[in-house]
Amino acid sequence: MSIDTELQAKTRSTGQVVFVVGALVFSVVLLSQITSQTVWIENSKSFAAQPRFWPGVALALMVMGFGLQLWWLRRRRPNAQDWVEARRWLEPLEYVLWFMGYVFAVPVIGFLPMSVIFACGLTWRLGYRGGIYQGIAASFAIATVILFKGLLGVKIPGALIYDALPGALRNFFILYL
Amino acid sequence: MDILFAAFDVLARWDVVLALCVGSIGGVAIGAIPGVGPAVAIAILLPATFSMDPIVGLTVLLGIYGSSMFGGAIPAILINTPGTAVNALTTYDGYPMTLRGEGRRALSLAYSASFFGGVFSVVCLILLSPLLAKVAPMFGSREIFLAALLGIILVIVAHKGQMLVATALTGFGIFLATVGLEPVKYTRRFTFDQTWLASGVNLIVVVLGLFALSQALVLLTMDDEKVRISKSRGSLFQGFRELGRHPRVASISAAYGVVMGMIPGVGEFTAQFMSYTTARKLSKTPEAFGQGSSEGLIASEAANNAVPAAAMIPLLALGIPGEALTAMMLSVFYVHNVVPGPGLFLNQMDFVVALYLALLILNVLVVIFLLISTGWLVHLTKIPNRFLGMCILLLSFVGVYSIRNSAVDCAIAAVFGLIGFVLKRLNMPIVPIILGMVLGGIMEVKLRASMNRVKVPLDFIDRPIAFILFCIIVIILGTTLWRVWREWAPVDRQSPARRASHRFSQRIAGRKTRHFEVRTKQQRRKRKYDHLGS
Repeated sequence: MSIDTELQAKTRSTGQVVFVVGALVFSVVLLSQITSQTVWIENSKSFAAQPRFWPGVALALMVMGFGLQLWWLRRRRPNAQDWVEARRWLEPLEYVLWFMGYVFAVPVIGFLPMSVIFACGLTWRLGYRGGIYQGIAASFAIATVILFKGLLGVKIPGALIYDALPGALRNFFILYL
Repeated sequence: MDILFAAFDVLARWDVVLALCVGSIGGVAIGAIPGVGPAVAIAILLPATFSMDPIVGLTVLLGIYGSSMFGGAIPAILINTPGTAVNALTTYDGYPMTLRGEGRRALSLAYSASFFGGVFSVVCLILLSPLLAKVAPMFGSREIFLAALLGIILVIVAHKGQMLVATALTGFGIFLATVGLEPVKYTRRFTFDQTWLASGVNLIVVVLGLFALSQALVLLTMDDEKVRISKSRGSLFQGFRELGRHPRVASISAAYGVVMGMIPGVGEFTAQFMSYTTARKLSKTPEAFGQGSSEGLIASEAANNAVPAAAMIPLLALGIPGEALTAMMLSVFYVHNVVPGPGLFLNQMDFVVALYLALLILNVLVVIFLLISTGWLVHLTKIPNRFLGMCILLLSFVGVYSIRNSAVDCAIAAVFGLIGFVLKRLNMPIVPIILGMVLGGIMEVKLRASMNRVKVPLDFIDRPIAFILFCIIVIILGTTLWRVWREWAPVDRQSPARRASHRFSQRIAGRKTRHFEVRTKQQRRKRKYDHLGS
């Protein structure tokens, strides 16, 4: 096999038809909404100034690209393996829920405590239950908070529970942790 | 000379020096960990750099961009797994050398070739600057529109074998850029009466979702791999002496890197591939390529490291990013009201030269760091995949939430993370979405501005640069369509010889895998999520 063919990225065939059909339906639905979701100005100077022009171009490219890809596919009906692959796409939903739980908990519990809980909890869930991994996870979370909020000053607000802390400590926690 | 001194003045600050060190060391470490890569790191760090001075923020990001490929050579050579996607060709000759017990020689060759490529491209950039300063002001709205259009077309064409999907995903990127209030009549586009969509879809949120979150999800759902590192002999300095014996290969490869880096939408892959094939053609021992050839290793590493500096040319001179990483850097410019484009060369030349010098210093720092620390950098390859996924997920939160403390942004990033996950599972490209988003926005603004002065269609290309760009676009479209037509010829329209050849190649496909390279292929197969073009 030549380097040319080995380096050429090949789309995986399993599950492709499910994705392409889904994307094509999504594109067609968006295209069907173009008249209600964009306006056409009668006295516009040129087509380029029409608010509908670029969404139209983009959606035409999507419909054309996905449509031709579907037409080009050797197998246009999904088989059992395609659906197995499609179910695998739902596997990361659990981690997305972990992520969103973290997002909603930070303003209440605080960036530092929640990061430590998140890192250790997820590490535990992933099966790394030894003390070393838990220690590394906690250290990583603390280092991330100190680096980003303490040193680089990224904007992450203080938590509700920090209000219960005494004066100077409260300010320190809100500003740096 | 005055500009050079002014540039040194810009760099002679403790925070810039710190940024250079952090960027270079961090970039090497990130490159050495398979599964992270510069795109993930830059996406996460992007919001943090908004609070820094432009030169500091850009130096950190450039440091990561420029040095990650040095680090990416380590796992590519030692465990046959490219640290970054663009080190894929390094495995071809690097790993066979490791199997022969010459791992340190291979690493040394990779470092020296990378250093040569990096320095070569910065020198080219410095020499080209006066020319760029003259040419850049000749780019008006229509030239920038045509250059952006050329970039879009090249992004699609560069995804050989996946052009239809790349076209559709580019369209998706352009579509995302149009959501929200449009800037002329302030009408809403595709907001579905949702207030949170009125301000549009934030590029950084999409970037973080598609690159960082999706990679975290991929790693979290993967199995951990057992990494075995073979023992190797030799000095880390011998590659520098060996590089001196192949000046032609090194120069040609670095030149490919510079030229391909300058063309929007092309990037490291094409540069690496072209330099490798050219080096093989010019070599006295072409049969050694793929079996541990030093020339092959030099060709691939010199070419990919010459790209970052060259990729800054369209970004700085025209404000057009050529690939995803420079597209992310564009947002740093905009946040600080530094508008890249012709005006930058006229008004802030010291800033531009300071960036070049930073890249030059960076290459020196990286090589020194690598010569000292290769021994322990090797151990970074042993971090378990899923643990790494947890770390990226946590860092992604910092990246997304720090933009404007919005849970909605995090939810949007999570959705794009899932989209990125599916695309990576299917080995479809992600870069067209980002470039479609960035270049789509540029094209909309520039086309509208240029149409004000156009009476008849031919007025659009009545200036020399616009005409040249138009001709290039027509040639590329023509040749691509012709090639696609030739390759798509169905089997029953092919000649009997070609049909037989097709059948034979289908029959023997996979035998090599089964009989000769089982171990190598297994290791590669585990990394097949990494889209080579991304």
